Amino acid sequence: MVLKIFFPQCCNRADSGLLVGRWISGHESAVVLAVIHYPFIPGQVKQYVQQMQTRSGVELSVLGSWSLPKEGQEGMESFLRDLSTIFPQKRWLQISRQMGKTGFICNVLNRDHDGESAQKVKRKKKHEDVKGDEGEEDKEEEEEEEKVIFIHYEQRKVMMSQLHPIENGLQDPKTDSPSELRQMFQTVAQSQPLFFMDKYDDGPLKSTHWQSEGREASIIVELLKQASVPLCLLVTWLLSLWTWICNIRIFSLYPFCFLSSKLSTCVQLSYRTEHMRTLSSPRPAAGHTQFMRKANIFVSFLVDVALGMLLISWLYRDNHISMLANTLVPAADHVAKQLEELLQWLMGAPAGLKMNRALDQVLGRFFLYHIHLWISYIHLMSPFIEGIFWYGGLSACLGLTFALSLLSDMVALLTFHIYCFYVYGARLYCLKIYGLSSLWRLFRGKKWNVLRQRVDSCSYDLDQLFIGTLLFTILLFLLPTTALYYLVFTLLRLVVVLFQGVLHLSVDFINSFPLFAVGLRVCRFYRLAEGVKFRVLCDEPGTALHLLMEINPLKVSTVVQTYRTPTYSCYPKDSWAALVKKLFVGELIYPWRHKTTKTD
Amino acid sequence: MMEDEAFTDINGKTISLDCQSHSSFCREFTVSSPKTSMAKVMVYTCCVWLLSYTVFFFTQNTAVLSAAIVITLVSMMLHIHFVKVDHESLLVIGSLGIQLSSNYASGRETTTFIEMNKIKDIVINEAIYMHQIIYFLCVLLKDPSEPDAVSSVVPLFQSSKPRLNCLVKIYKSCQEILSKC
Repeated sequence: MVLKIFFPQCCNRADSGLLVGRWISGHESAVVLAVIHYPFIPGQVKQYVQQMQTRSGVELSVLGSWSLPKEGQEGMESFLRDLSTIFPQKRWLQISRQMGKTGFICNVLNRDHDGESAQKVKRKKKHEDVKGDEGEEDKEEEEEEEKVIFIHYEQRKVMMSQLHPIENGLQDPKTDSPSELRQMFQTVAQSQPLFFMDKYDDGPLKSTHWQSEGREASIIVELLKQASVPLCLLVTWLLSLWTWICNIRIFSLYPFCFLSSKLSTCVQLSYRTEHMRTLSSPRPAAGHTQFMRKANIFVSFLVDVALGMLLISWLYRDNHISMLANTLVPAADHVAKQLEELLQWLMGAPAGLKMNRALDQVLGRFFLYHIHLWISYIHLMSPFIEGIFWYGGLSACLGLTFALSLLSDMVALLTFHIYCFYVYGARLYCLKIYGLSSLWRLFRGKKWNVLRQRVDSCSYDLDQLFIGTLLFTILLFLLPTTALYYLVFTLLRLVVVLFQGVLHLSVDFINSFPLFAVGLRVCRFYRLAEGVKFRVLCDEPGTALHLLMEINPLKVSTVVQTYRTPTYSCYPKDSWAALVKKLFVGELIYPWRHKTTKTD
Repeated sequence: MMEDEAFTDINGKTISLDCQSHSSFCREFTVSSPKTSMAKVMVYTCCVWLLSYTVFFFTQNTAVLSAAIVITLVSMMLHIHFVKVDHESLLVIGSLGIQLSSNYASGRETTTFIEMNKIKDIVINEAIYMHQIIYFLCVLLKDPSEPDAVSSVVPLFQSSKPRLNCLVKIYKSCQEILSKC
C-alpha cells in the first residue's frame, strides 16, 4: 500500500515541531493541517487538540513530528523518537527536511496495540550519497516496504473551495463513504477554527498554518452587517404589506386575475417579490447552494437597478421623453398608412393572383374599418402618451427589467390591431381547414369517430354526399383568399411576437444569469472546484514522490448551468416543428404563453 | 527514466510516445500529435481568399476582402485554441488515481482527474470509426451502487489516436501499476 500525506505548502519552511492533522479512515492517507512548534508542554498540546476537535468536529490527532534542523540544533533524532511514546498513536510519522534540500525524509513507525516499542522503520531519503552496491541493496529493501507520496496543497485555496457536484449533507446509503479527495477537502474546510490562532498570539502554543493577512476593510464590512439587519426587517415589513395588498379579494376576481397573469410587468413583479422574500429572510443561508442562490439574486438585483438608473438618467435628461412621445404618434400613423396600402393591394389582384372578388372585398373593408378605429383610438390617446411615458419611465428605478417588461406590455397594447387582424384571419382559416378536412373524409366515405379517436368508414346518404361535396368545392375555392389574408397578418404578428420575445429573453437573462458565481469563477477560480489536478514536483530516482495538488476550476458553462436562478424560461418549450404545425393549422400563437413560442 | 519512441497513428502519421517513470508507482505517458502541415494551412487560406476575391470581383466591395482576412485570422485562432491538440498525457499514480490532460496548440490545458476508487480497469477497446475499425485505450468507471457493473467509459488519447502497438505498450505499464495497488 502507498501512504499518502497531504502536506500544506505553508508548512514547508516551518520550524521543527509536532504535526497536527487527521488520518482518513479507509484510505491510507493523512492530512497534515498545522505544525505546533517547540517548546511545548505535552499536556497542553493534548488539551488544545481536544478543544479543537470538539470545536471543528474533525477527528484531529497528533500525526507525528516535523523537523527542520537549523544551525546548532543537532541530535534531535532520539528526542523525536521519544515523542511518539508521549502521544500514543498507531502510526507515527517522522518527517524531516534538511536545509537547502527540497525533498523530505519520512520514517513511519508502526506500533503494536500493546504498546510495544516501534519496530518497523521505513526510510525514504532524498539526496542520499550512496553509491554502487550499497545503493542497490537499499532500493531492494525499500521495494517491499511502504511507499510514501507527499501531496502538497495550498491550504487557503483548499479551505475555501467547494468541490462539485455539491453533496448536500445527505449521504446516499448505497455509496459507502465519500471519496478520499472529498474527505480531504471537508477536513480542511471544517478545521477552520484551527487556523484562527495567530502567529502573534501570546498563548502557550505556537503553530504554523495558513494565516490570513488580516481582513481588509473589515470595519466597513462590520458596519454593513450591522446595517443589513434593520434593512432586512424593513424589507420584510414592506413585503408583508405588499402581499396583503395582493391578497385583497378584488384582485382574485376574473379580469384582474387574467390580466395579471398575462401582463409581463405583473409577472416580473411577482418574481421580484419572491426574490426579495428570499433575500430578506432572517435565517442565514444553509449550505453552499442556498448561499450562492442568495448572492446571485442580490448581485443581479443590484445590476438590474443600476442599469435602470442609467436608463432613467438618459430618459429624463434633455427631454428625451417628449421626443419619444412625439415620434410615436407619427410612427403609428405611418404603420396604419402602410397597412391600408397593403390592404388595398390585397383587395385588388395581389401578385397577379385572381381572388374571389366578393369575399376579398368583404374582408378588406372589414380590416380597413378596423384600422380606422385603431387610428382614432391612438389620436384620442395622444395627449396622454407623454404622461404615460413619464410615469412609466419611473418604473425603471425598480430595475431595467421592469422598464423592459413595461415596454413589452406597451408594444402589446399599441399593436392590438395587428393582433386582432391576426385572430380574425386565423379563426377564418382554421374554420376552413377543419371544414375541408372533415368534408374530405366525407368525400372518401369516412368519418371521424370521436369515441374511439380514429377514422371509421361510414355509409352516407345521397343527399348528404351531394351537399357535402358542394360545400367542399365552395370551401376549397374560397381557401386561397382566406389563406392570403391569414399569411400576411401572421407575418405581421410574427414580427411583433419576435420583438416581444427578444424583450422577454433579455428580462429573463437579467433575472436568471448567475453573475456572482461567474464573477467568483473569474476572480477567485479556486472557490468553485470541479476537481483537482496533480503536477509531479521532483522526480529524482530514489526519493519519495512529491506531487503538487492544484485546483481544477469549474468550466464557465457548467457554472452558468448549475447556478442560474430558475425562471419560466427553464421550462421545456415547443419545438420549431410544433410552431410551424400550429401556424399551418391556424392555431393562435402568443408570446406570453411560456410553453409555446418564445422565439428562442 | 525517460524513453521516447516514434509510432504511427491510425492515419499513418508519425506520433511520438514519451514514457516517464517518476517512481515505481507513478508513470506519465505523453503522446504528441502530428504537426499541422504548412501546405494544409496554405490551401485553406488560399481557398478562402480566392473565394473572397471572386466575390469582390463581382461586387466591387472592399468589405468582402477585409472580412475574408478577419475570418481567416479568427478561424485560425479558434482552431489552435479549441481544436488542435498538441499533446495528450496520461499520469497514472498508484492508489491515488489517473489524470488525463490534453494541451492545445495555444497552450490551453484541460485536465481531468479520476480517483482510484472510481476506476474499475483500463482496457483496450475496439470501435468502428468511419469506415475502419480502430483500437483505443479506455478507463472503465465503476458504478458506486453496483461494484461489478461498468457505469461509463472514458476514452484516452482521443485526438492523437495511436495504433495498437503503442497502445499495448501503455496498457502493459498501466496494468503493472494498477495490479500493484
